[in-house]
Amino acid sequence: MFPPFPNPPTTPTQARFGEGDLIRRSASSVTPPAQRQTEVAKLIDVSKCIGCKACQSACLEWNDLHEEVGVNVGVYDNPLDLTPASLTVMRFTEWVNPESQNLEWLIRKDGCMHCEDPGCLKACPAPGAIVQYSNGIVDFVHENCIGCGYCVKGCPFNIPRISKVDEKAYKCTLCSDRVAVGQGPACAKACPTQAIVFGTKEQMKSHADGRIKDLKSRGFANAGLYDPPGVGGTHVMYVLHHADKPEIYAGLPNNPRISPLVDLWKGVSRYAGFAAIGAFAVFSVLHSVVAGRSKVSEEDETNAKRLADHEGSNGSQERAST
Amino acid sequence: MRHDEVVKGDTLHPGDPVIIDRYSTTARFNHWMTAASLVLLALSGLALFHPALYFLTGLFGGGSNTRAIHPWIGVFLFFGYMGLFFRFWKVNLWTPTDGTWLSKLHVFLTGHEEDMPEVGRYNFAQKAVFWWMGILIMISIASGLAIWDQYFSTYTTVDQKRIAVLVHSMAAIVMICIVIVHVYGALWAKGTMTAMLKGRVTGGWAWRHHRKWLRELAADEKARPGTPPATPAE
Repeated sequence: MFPPFPNPPTTPTQARFGEGDLIRRSASSVTPPAQRQTEVAKLIDVSKCIGCKACQSACLEWNDLHEEVGVNVGVYDNPLDLTPASLTVMRFTEWVNPESQNLEWLIRKDGCMHCEDPGCLKACPAPGAIVQYSNGIVDFVHENCIGCGYCVKGCPFNIPRISKVDEKAYKCTLCSDRVAVGQGPACAKACPTQAIVFGTKEQMKSHADGRIKDLKSRGFANAGLYDPPGVGGTHVMYVLHHADKPEIYAGLPNNPRISPLVDLWKGVSRYAGFAAIGAFAVFSVLHSVVAGRSKVSEEDETNAKRLADHEGSNGSQERAST
Repeated sequence: MRHDEVVKGDTLHPGDPVIIDRYSTTARFNHWMTAASLVLLALSGLALFHPALYFLTGLFGGGSNTRAIHPWIGVFLFFGYMGLFFRFWKVNLWTPTDGTWLSKLHVFLTGHEEDMPEVGRYNFAQKAVFWWMGILIMISIASGLAIWDQYFSTYTTVDQKRIAVLVHSMAAIVMICIVIVHVYGALWAKGTMTAMLKGRVTGGWAWRHHRKWLRELAADEKARPGTPPATPAE
């Protein structure tokens, strides 16, 4: 049992982090705070999830979001994918364990992983539309968002969704507003089995260790923590019974990292691009200095006139011969 | 003599100096609309390419508007270029002279155009601009549609979008470089801006830069008006 969060105070509370705690800000630079806040994390223990979707309901409720009534396509996933309103969604996989021939029902709560090295933030062209706080939370600032969808291309987990209503990007905020006043995320609060717990990253790691030991003792030899190093670790982590093959959990990436295409686009291509444009401009200036302008001479005009007059008198004859 | 280099509307007005109508009003309008859309596309595109240029979004009414308008200007450019393409594709076809011309590029660049082979309505470099801009505009349109998420987000995968956005920005960079050369070339060769601003050039200009075109025009009785031009050259 993980100690639950105490109920919130009834008196107004000062936010524990804000503008001064940014360590990254999209398309702009920030002076990082002198001291980094303790990193927080959400731990999702897939082995304890019963698929009740209380987390989805709590997310909609807390964030005052309204998902459209959808259509059942024959699977438990509802809605079928993340949307601008459904910032988290349970993904159900029926998997036959090849070793035991057991049918295992893998239920993974999908949503933003709050990467330590966020691809969305790296790809974002709008200053301040995506920020990362020193406690690890990656947040979208909607008044700065321009709806270009670059974050979608940057994200290794395919999480952000662009709203058709206001053309802005949406994703899980890790309930930054709740965390700011000492509360855990709404999904963690609602989870009836404590499959979702929240605390400092260190706490979560040690809690996960206990869970992994338990799973291993019960035959899940490959149980482990999903905290992918390719993105510098995440502030949403999973305990997986089959951590050696995360992809069986509805396509959780095995070794996620920011796409090299995005690195190229946001890195070398900028320098190469501006260098090329600069080189052409410099060449033009140098050429005009060295070679001077190409001028039409009096002689050219005379030659043209002679040609025009000459052909004019013989034109009909020439045309007849063609 | 075959008339491969002449476009409908090219008219030679004998006189002193000789004046030639090179671009009709509609051709010039078409060109400048295309040019304007390219400039607007470059400004709005660069604004989203590098944060240092994000301030350019101010020209378009903010980031969201820039994001929304940019692709529509692209559509406008597409039709603008198509207009130019169908107007001029024939006189931009490859001729053996272009190979000779290219092999003597250094002679051209050092300003000794009199030692270059006679060229038609367009020289090799101009043809290269014409075709490369066409190819790059098509690449930009295709990759641009893949990342026009407002309407077409569901037609491509995220990985395809990643490739598209990279291709799109690289194509744009190359186009900006070509435009720089194109504009510089027009400024470098005196008398060229008049062609696209007022539609006409002098015979001497044609003799110097496009002698084959001039020869064909001079030989073509139909390319002459009944009366001399209303405005003499300046």
